[in-house]
Amino acid sequence: MTGGIKPKHQRLVLLFVALVALVGAGLLAAWALRNQADYFYLPSEIVAESPEPGRGMRLGGMVEMGSIETQEDGVTIHFVVGDGEASVPVSFTGIAPALFVEGSGVIAEGTMDADGTFVASNLLAKHDENYVPRELEHMTADQVRAQVEATLE
Amino acid sequence: MIAEFGLVALWLAAALAGLQLVAGFTGVRGGEEAIARLARPAALVQALLCGLAFLTLLWLFARTDLSVALVANNSHSEKPMIFKLAGAWGNHEGSMLLWVTVMALAGGLIALVERRLPERTMLATLGAQAFVGLGFYAFLLFSSNPFERLNPAPVEGNGLNPLLQDIGLAFHPPTLYFGYVGLSVAFSFVVGALLTRQVTPEFARVMRPWILGAWVFLTIGITAGSYWAYYELGWGGWWFWDPVENASLMPWLAATALLHSASVLASRDALRAWTVMLGVIGFSMSMVGTFLVRSGILTSVHAFAVDPERGSFILALLAINIGGALVLFISRAGTVAEGERFSVLSREGALVINNVALSATLGIVLLGTLYPLMTEAFDMRVSVGPPYFNPVSAIFVLPMLVVLAVGPLLRWRRDSFARIRLPVVALGVLGVVVLAGVLLTSAIDILPLLGLVLSVVVMVGSFLPLRGRSLRRLPLAVWGMVIAHFGVGVSLFGMASDTAFQQERLVAANTGDVMEVGPWQAVLAGVVPVAGPNWTALEASLPLTYDGKEAGEARPQARSFWSPPQETSEIALVTRWNGQLYVGIGNQNEDGRWQLRLWWKPFVTFIWYGGLLIALGGVLALLGRLSTDISRRIAARKIADRRADEEAFAQEAGA
Repeated sequence: MTGGIKPKHQRLVLLFVALVALVGAGLLAAWALRNQADYFYLPSEIVAESPEPGRGMRLGGMVEMGSIETQEDGVTIHFVVGDGEASVPVSFTGIAPALFVEGSGVIAEGTMDADGTFVASNLLAKHDENYVPRELEHMTADQVRAQVEATLE
Repeated sequence: MIAEFGLVALWLAAALAGLQLVAGFTGVRGGEEAIARLARPAALVQALLCGLAFLTLLWLFARTDLSVALVANNSHSEKPMIFKLAGAWGNHEGSMLLWVTVMALAGGLIALVERRLPERTMLATLGAQAFVGLGFYAFLLFSSNPFERLNPAPVEGNGLNPLLQDIGLAFHPPTLYFGYVGLSVAFSFVVGALLTRQVTPEFARVMRPWILGAWVFLTIGITAGSYWAYYELGWGGWWFWDPVENASLMPWLAATALLHSASVLASRDALRAWTVMLGVIGFSMSMVGTFLVRSGILTSVHAFAVDPERGSFILALLAINIGGALVLFISRAGTVAEGERFSVLSREGALVINNVALSATLGIVLLGTLYPLMTEAFDMRVSVGPPYFNPVSAIFVLPMLVVLAVGPLLRWRRDSFARIRLPVVALGVLGVVVLAGVLLTSAIDILPLLGLVLSVVVMVGSFLPLRGRSLRRLPLAVWGMVIAHFGVGVSLFGMASDTAFQQERLVAANTGDVMEVGPWQAVLAGVVPVAGPNWTALEASLPLTYDGKEAGEARPQARSFWSPPQETSEIALVTRWNGQLYVGIGNQNEDGRWQLRLWWKPFVTFIWYGGLLIALGGVLALLGRLSTDISRRIAARKIADRRADEEAFAQEAGA
């Protein structure tokens, strides 16, 4: 009655098809996640590990005092992100969020280019009083405090 | 006093949920009938009490009673009334109270009207509903009391996050919650059916309106949320694969699969165990969604309060409910007899593909959303975005869309390819023509290209099931299917078109500068300060021309709110039938130039039109099903009345 398949086994066949598809999806996801997930780096980690250029990643740290420079086109900014141990130059073209200021925390999404500049496609700054980008919570309190104090001196 | 009144109502409602649980399961085990009979009234009174508690909270917010901690933390006396009311559910405690209230109202409604299933199954269902409800009552009363007092009361409240002071957002969370709760009702029916071994077509028919309703609300919620992120965040995107967005997408995927498999069970008595499984998964995803949003465990652009204790509480509820249901499923799955068989080439076969593809997509989204949590256990911090989600989910979604265009043409049970060859070939030719047309005129990426082709095929294909049928006599539910499928095509067309053809201009402009983007030309005429009820802003005015003709003006703002202090960017949108111009203003540079960002987004609006069409399809299907149910019920009553009359007549005649 059922085209080609022995009716007796239909339930098993359905189960098998579903399992194969779901396991396939799981394996595919696992493989893609290893390749496509953006890793989070602190400036010192970037300096130590020098990740390959062109790979998507996030960089988090404090915007160093006096480092923000607006370029000639008026929409590109260069600044330096540091964590107290090392610092990385960042270039960003776009509209920076309102709370993006020198001496405060920032997460930049983007890639490293060949000459060691981080090219950011998006900046996340402190959202409001109650919100700190979660990755920054994990910088040890000392790291952040030392950084803020160092930049305030 | 009023806050205490609300708290007492909430405690009483929780107690009634306990009574409902005991009564329901006494009934299932064939115990004391006097106790079992209390289940339905308990559900009704519980609904009333919970409704009262929620009204109390609304009242406190309307009056801005600052002696209540929740009001003081989230409201402000000088806020517009609509946002005062919305503040009641725009926070953790209030939104959980809303969840419990909607759940209690749903339980009350079932208890009041649903009489088609065997009474034992109904009692088991009400018992399961009470069990899930009790978990949430405990959560509210022990860790998220919305009526907590503040002593001394502050002079003024903290206000509401300005990003949330938006009419769309005021109604966004409740919409999603209605969807989540609808799935909890489906879950209760599933548990009831499993406990009493009643996985029947009648069970699917009773459950279906709840799934449809949940699905409509989720669809509207996702559509509205996407539009909100689009114009409020100011990044020009409409979907960020943000954990909070995924939290609403995952229940939707599960509900879509469940909706289709419940249809197979209702009309063909097949896919029994599968439907039950999807019912469990659907509610699991609602709870996972709530957990992700409420625990603040993942970084999100939608910032909510972070509280590890609450996260653990929801996680525990999730484990109890879902773990329990899975154990029940595994122990009872063997007793669910195999349903009717069908051939591979049949409506059922196509719907199996739909189900498998949706489940696989759900798995992919779930893994991508949870991956950052998993790696964090190994002290690696990662984020997962579009480069993962887009291509990997497309592997399952695109083939599913092909089946979507063809599947509804197939007959139930078995069909032959010869019968549908003509429309299938026509759709294939259409696809190739669109593909060739796009390839010849523009160079675009593979995903938007396939999206464009499939969107046209789906839009046309969705109307083919109407071929050769009398439109006047077509059931409403079939119209619902056609319109929802058409909406999928429309939405996909918008996504593909915006991805492939959007144009962007980012400039620093002086007054009088002219900017061009696509067919648009904009002039920065000036920037002036303006003021609103609780904000001040700098507003740019940009007179526009489209193809050389005057086309109105864009007025983007950079706003500063003062309670709480926050800066937001208010995008200006100029909508035409064929797309939107999206203009945002940034900061002023030291040299006096203003940063401006302009996007021309062809057919981007079709994304949300499509979403609304999908929801409309769901509403039509729901109305169709309900009206059939009601007329069936009336007919059954008439037959019963006549039989009673005849019996009485026969008795009289006999006497």
